[in-house]
Amino acid sequence: MTISGPALLFLVLGLGLVGWLTGRARARAFATSQGRQALHSLPSYHGWYVALWAIVPPLVFLAVWTALSPGLVTEAVLSTPAAQGLPADGFSRSAILGEARSIALGQLDAGFNPQAQAFVAPYREAMAHYSMLGAVAALLLLFAGWAFGYTRLKANFRARTRVERVVMALLLIASLIAILTTIGIVLSLVFESARFFGMVSPIAFLTGTNWNPSSGNVDPDLFGAIPLFWGTILIGAIIAMLVAIPLGLMSAIYLTQYAHSNVRAWMKPILEILAGVPTVVYGYFAALTVAPALRDFAVMIGIPQASSESAMAAGIVMGVMIIPFVSSMADDSINAVPQSMRDGSLAMGSTKSETIKQVILPAALPGVVGGVLLAVSRAIGETMIVVMAAGLSANMTANPFASVTTVTAQIVKLLTGDQEFDSAKTLAAFALGLVLFIVTLLLNIVALRVVKKYREAYE
Amino acid sequence: MSTDTSDAVSATGSPNAKMTARDVSVFYGDKQAINSVSIDVDRDNVTAFIGPSGCGKSTFLRTLNRMNDTIPSARVEGEIKLDGEDIYASAMDVVQLRARVGMVFQKPNPFPKSIYDNVAYGPKIHGLADNKGEMDTIVERSLKRAGLWEEVKDRLTDSGTALSGGQQQRLCIARAIAVDPEVILMDEPCSALDPIATAKIEELIHELRGRYAIVIVTHNMQQAARVSQRTAFFHLGTLVEYGLTTDIFTNPRETRTKDYITGRYG
Ligand SMILES: Nc1ncnc2c1ncn2[C@@H]1O[C@H](COP(=O)(O)OP(=O)(O)O)[C@@H](O)[C@H]1O
Ligand SMILES: [Mg+2]
Repeated sequence: MTISGPALLFLVLGLGLVGWLTGRARARAFATSQGRQALHSLPSYHGWYVALWAIVPPLVFLAVWTALSPGLVTEAVLSTPAAQGLPADGFSRSAILGEARSIALGQLDAGFNPQAQAFVAPYREAMAHYSMLGAVAALLLLFAGWAFGYTRLKANFRARTRVERVVMALLLIASLIAILTTIGIVLSLVFESARFFGMVSPIAFLTGTNWNPSSGNVDPDLFGAIPLFWGTILIGAIIAMLVAIPLGLMSAIYLTQYAHSNVRAWMKPILEILAGVPTVVYGYFAALTVAPALRDFAVMIGIPQASSESAMAAGIVMGVMIIPFVSSMADDSINAVPQSMRDGSLAMGSTKSETIKQVILPAALPGVVGGVLLAVSRAIGETMIVVMAAGLSANMTANPFASVTTVTAQIVKLLTGDQEFDSAKTLAAFALGLVLFIVTLLLNIVALRVVKKYREAYE
Repeated sequence: MSTDTSDAVSATGSPNAKMTARDVSVFYGDKQAINSVSIDVDRDNVTAFIGPSGCGKSTFLRTLNRMNDTIPSARVEGEIKLDGEDIYASAMDVVQLRARVGMVFQKPNPFPKSIYDNVAYGPKIHGLADNKGEMDTIVERSLKRAGLWEEVKDRLTDSGTALSGGQQQRLCIARAIAVDPEVILMDEPCSALDPIATAKIEELIHELRGRYAIVIVTHNMQQAARVSQRTAFFHLGTLVEYGLTTDIFTNPRETRTKDYITGRYG
């Protein structure tokens, strides 16, 4: 007899419910025999206490078991006499075993590899064995946990305190998952980058001006990332910001200072919706509409090297994409400027625009600067628009109508297609990712500091 | 200068009036905050507005330099004149008006600029100085009149927000003085200050009296008694009683005034 995973899960949870009922019933019995006052916690807390003891150990065990048992199953299969006939070469060996496993699980009808058939029966047997073992162990744990929890109940037992503690632990684990994942990502970036820097020196990478990586070649002269950094700065920090800062700031000033509340009520949500448009849509717009128009314009006024993939197209569209972001940050900072300061200026007889220029903007400036830094960090990490509209040729040019490439676009290029994950070419993507990560992290830290300091100034 | 010796002041009809309000009502949306107030503001004296919180003192004060214009829901009815000129007439330029009728707020609100630039702000926007030398003179004179010069003359480039609360409030008074106004409105200028800073401001008000017509809102009755020569008692949006400060505090005509002054409510 085997028991499927979901069924086992339901069984555990069902028995947990039984544990809850028994715990609560016991607490109620205490209440009737010793009086309600004798009870430290509500009966339902006793129920939760028992239920948690009953289900948490088997669930943890099952999680571990699910991770371990495939290895144990393979071990068992390999120790059968049939395994003697397997080819020595690891690749075909695992292909055969994998196929046999799929057939045994019913995911495949028949093997492509005739040898696989021989292992189906051993696989079935081993899997049934281990899943049985796991189920039995889980249920034993469940009963042990239940018995432990149940016998500890007393009238004055502090069930509520303990349940609260478990709830807190659960919440802590949930919040740790995001942090741990980030740490994992960073570690993998650092690790892979270290491998890359073992092949190409960091100096050559960070200061070289020729970017032309190819597989199998570790010539440091081909891994100079300066053109990518330049392209990233040109698009994300210069062109995009030239578009986003003035427009975002002006729209924030209009919305906070001039717009009637009715206008503000529909305009602000629209701006916020713009921020949610998928970047690939902006990418289309940049590549299909803006870029050709800009090229025609550049050709018309006689700019050399005008390309249909240009820094200008990507930068302008990226700037438009960032407008809502800048505008909402500026909006917040302007609103944080105390009304009393505005009144003070108006009472001196200044006009609305004088007040904005002389008092409100200077007061809101630190917040706006923080918002702009956050916007830059978003812009340089943005991928889709540059992949679609900026091009992939690593040019060191100040001509905004020429094609340039960025860090993110190159990461995509290096990692798409069939690649071995240990050539200098693919590992370079991790080094680029690491640089990008560090720069955006620093930008974010500085920006948040500035904004925070500014908030404190008006509290 | 003082007219304290005249027997009684009526709410209206004083020949010495700088500003006159007639049947002024103020509404916030549908809600009426001021109900038909008529009052004269004397040019040589300090006029105090007293009354329980929410009775409309600030609202009425703000009608005198049209600061209520900045509140979209506010609407003013009636007539207010400055030296006989209707300040709500379409010919009146509100920018000019506010240069003539300055205001100091409850909470010190210096701009996030240097001390110098705070004071120079008004003269700059009204084009009162042609060169740096003239501006220096205006700034120095204003800071001296506000009794702040000695304390800040060596650090005029420091931020105005770095001063203490009392200094900030005197900076705001200097800022208001810098455009050489005719009237200065003060809305509870000491309520955010400690007693020593408060005493300094009160002393300053004494010194400024005569040069400017001063209206001060306060809910501190001792303060009203100390700094003003005229007192107006507001209650629930109406002007209950207006007269010489000495009369109001020693011999009020209305029982409501008496109750308030003796601390029966408020
Ligand atoms: N901006 C506003 N919008 C609506 N109602 C207001 C506003 N300002 C003041 N009020 C109302 O007007 C009345 C008078 O307020 P205010 O003039 O501030 O009184 P005071 O200064 O005497 O305490 C109060 O009832 C207050 O709630
Ligand atoms: Mg008030």
